[in-house]
Amino acid sequence: MKSFLYSLCALAVMGLAFWAYSENYRTQESIAKVESLHQDIAAARSRVAVLKAEWAYLNRPDRLRDLAELNYPRLELLPLAPEQFGAIDQIAYPRPDLPELPVSGLPITDPVDVMERSE
Amino acid sequence: MTGEMIRTPLRPLARILGARQNGENPDWIERENIRKRHEVMRDKSREMAEGRLIVLGLFFLAGFALIGARMTLLAVSEPVEPRATATTSQIIAQRADIVDRHGRVLATNFDTHSLYAHPQDLIDPAKAVADLTKIFPDLDAERLLKDFTGDRKFLWIKRKISPEQKQAVHDIGEPGLLFGPREMRLYPNGSIAAHVLGGASFGKEAVNSAEVIGTAGVEKHFDEYLRDPARDGAPLELSLDLTVQAAAERVLDGGMRLFNAKGAASVLMDVHTGEVISLVSLPDFDPNERPRPLTEGDQSDSPLFNRALQGVYELGSAFKIFTAAQAMELGLANPETQVNTQGPLKWGRFTIGEFQNKNYGPTLTLTRVIEKSSNIGTARLAMEIGNTRQKAFLRELGFLEPTPLEMVEAKGAAPLYPSNWSELSTMTISYGHGISTSPLHLAAGYASLLNGGRKVQPTLLKQTRAQLGEQVVRPEVSAAARAMLRRVVTEGTASFGDVAGYAVGGKTGTADKPRPRGGYYDDRTITTFASVFPADDPKYVLVVTLDEPVETSGEKPRRSAGWTAVPVAAELIRRTAPLLGLRPEIEPATLQGITLTSSE
Repeated sequence: MKSFLYSLCALAVMGLAFWAYSENYRTQESIAKVESLHQDIAAARSRVAVLKAEWAYLNRPDRLRDLAELNYPRLELLPLAPEQFGAIDQIAYPRPDLPELPVSGLPITDPVDVMERSE
Repeated sequence: MTGEMIRTPLRPLARILGARQNGENPDWIERENIRKRHEVMRDKSREMAEGRLIVLGLFFLAGFALIGARMTLLAVSEPVEPRATATTSQIIAQRADIVDRHGRVLATNFDTHSLYAHPQDLIDPAKAVADLTKIFPDLDAERLLKDFTGDRKFLWIKRKISPEQKQAVHDIGEPGLLFGPREMRLYPNGSIAAHVLGGASFGKEAVNSAEVIGTAGVEKHFDEYLRDPARDGAPLELSLDLTVQAAAERVLDGGMRLFNAKGAASVLMDVHTGEVISLVSLPDFDPNERPRPLTEGDQSDSPLFNRALQGVYELGSAFKIFTAAQAMELGLANPETQVNTQGPLKWGRFTIGEFQNKNYGPTLTLTRVIEKSSNIGTARLAMEIGNTRQKAFLRELGFLEPTPLEMVEAKGAAPLYPSNWSELSTMTISYGHGISTSPLHLAAGYASLLNGGRKVQPTLLKQTRAQLGEQVVRPEVSAAARAMLRRVVTEGTASFGDVAGYAVGGKTGTADKPRPRGGYYDDRTITTFASVFPADDPKYVLVVTLDEPVETSGEKPRRSAGWTAVPVAAELIRRTAPLLGLRPEIEPATLQGITLTSSE
């Protein structure tokens, strides 16, 4: 009886050791996975940062102004003026049918780059 | 020593019998045999002990080998903290971005590369120099060749290179040319808000990284804050509005050219929150390529000089409204009080006269004193207020200390005022002469006076609510002051300042520039227009200052604010007010302030 208990204990210890061992490995594996995910996130972040910087650079007011001036014949964009504020009752309802826009004019798929254009 | 061994008998019968026959003692045989047996036993146990020692020795050897191996492993590996969990958030080591009030990027980082050389690893230095100068035409070929062939072991070639340049250098195929990662500060909008942002440069440098540090402006003021890794890369939100700033710079630049001015500055500030929406100083610079400070001459001629913040000038008659407001606050006058404007006003050997020696007759109402900009009337009011009370009032409005704006340059821009605040000083300061302040001081003073009378401090950080500072004047006085400023635009010296729908109120100021050796120039002025809009429900104050402007459309060149700063300010309001979301209003028939006399 005694020896049976002893061997049972020994088996239990072995079993638990095996479980702990495999758990440990699974934990390590998860940590490694999280770390690689972090690296992916960091890489994605730096990509986003570059894209944001590029977006800010392409949308800098000087460039937009120059583009608006270059494309004035097509777009007729002017700075916002006080007269452009309207009241809600100035808007006709129901909306009148808008004339078809010439497809060739819009949208702008090939913007002119004015990086090097100086004042 | 038990049974299984084949034992030699101690007394073998044959030998005993033989020995007895020979007359020998048979006990000797027994002893001899005992001795032999003991020898065998001894040899055996020795063998066993030796074996055990060897095993023990092996164990020790294994133990030492294990410990030794582990120690070697620890010594050669990078130190790592033992951990049971992965960190949940990555520490962002990058310098934080700076964004405007709507989150548009004003300053960000860009990963780029630096180029350095190990001259001892160069295979063909001459070819490397030739190829490098082809990629970077600004490099000095001779010097580079000298460095490459000398005893230097390490050499920076370029601090920042673009990816295309990196590829081109890579294509040279020289093993002695190496790249290090570099984080670069990028100001995508170029010169817009250059003075506010300041600039950044590299601090401590190593091959694999470099510290980016702020060198001026908010970059330097918030250096610690921007570099703090605990903030997890959260951007610094400024109160500036990029669109408004760009439009203001554009308009001011146009105005500066139109009036041939040497420089120009403008400050647009929210009257309730103290947020600086735009702060312009021209000429400006590109913070991506921040120029070096001047080594000789006047620093105020450098584009780095921030006229709106660092330029302390006598801003002239724009100060008169403070005298008028204080007189009303103290109950010495109301807008309809008649003020003695009979000239000339003499004090000792000094004579105070009107602008261009005009004469406004014996008396004017207080409103008309402001509207006509009468020096004599204002000076007489200041005499009644007295120097102690005047100084205290100006101190309360922040005119005697540097502004608390969050830029490193702010602390150095202390106003200039006479140490001995005499009666004469009181009179001249009442109309803005004898005290030099920055346009930002004036904007903050106007905001505090006109927003209902609560003191505001100018700030560059985005605010969520109004600053409820101490009450400097009563709300009725504030409204009356606004009504007076509105009259200056509708009837008085700033008639070009009217912008339909925005009820602009403001006060002009024209001051002769002081000569470096004392006295004043008679053909150089600083013109200022300090304004508030809309005057009936104030939202913003705008101060525009032009340095040495001249308007040449008339017979004689005109250098007064009414002809120069005012039209520029009006155009600025026309352009920026819609961008700020202010819709033009049809003005109320009566302004609140006009009812002041009956309410008291």
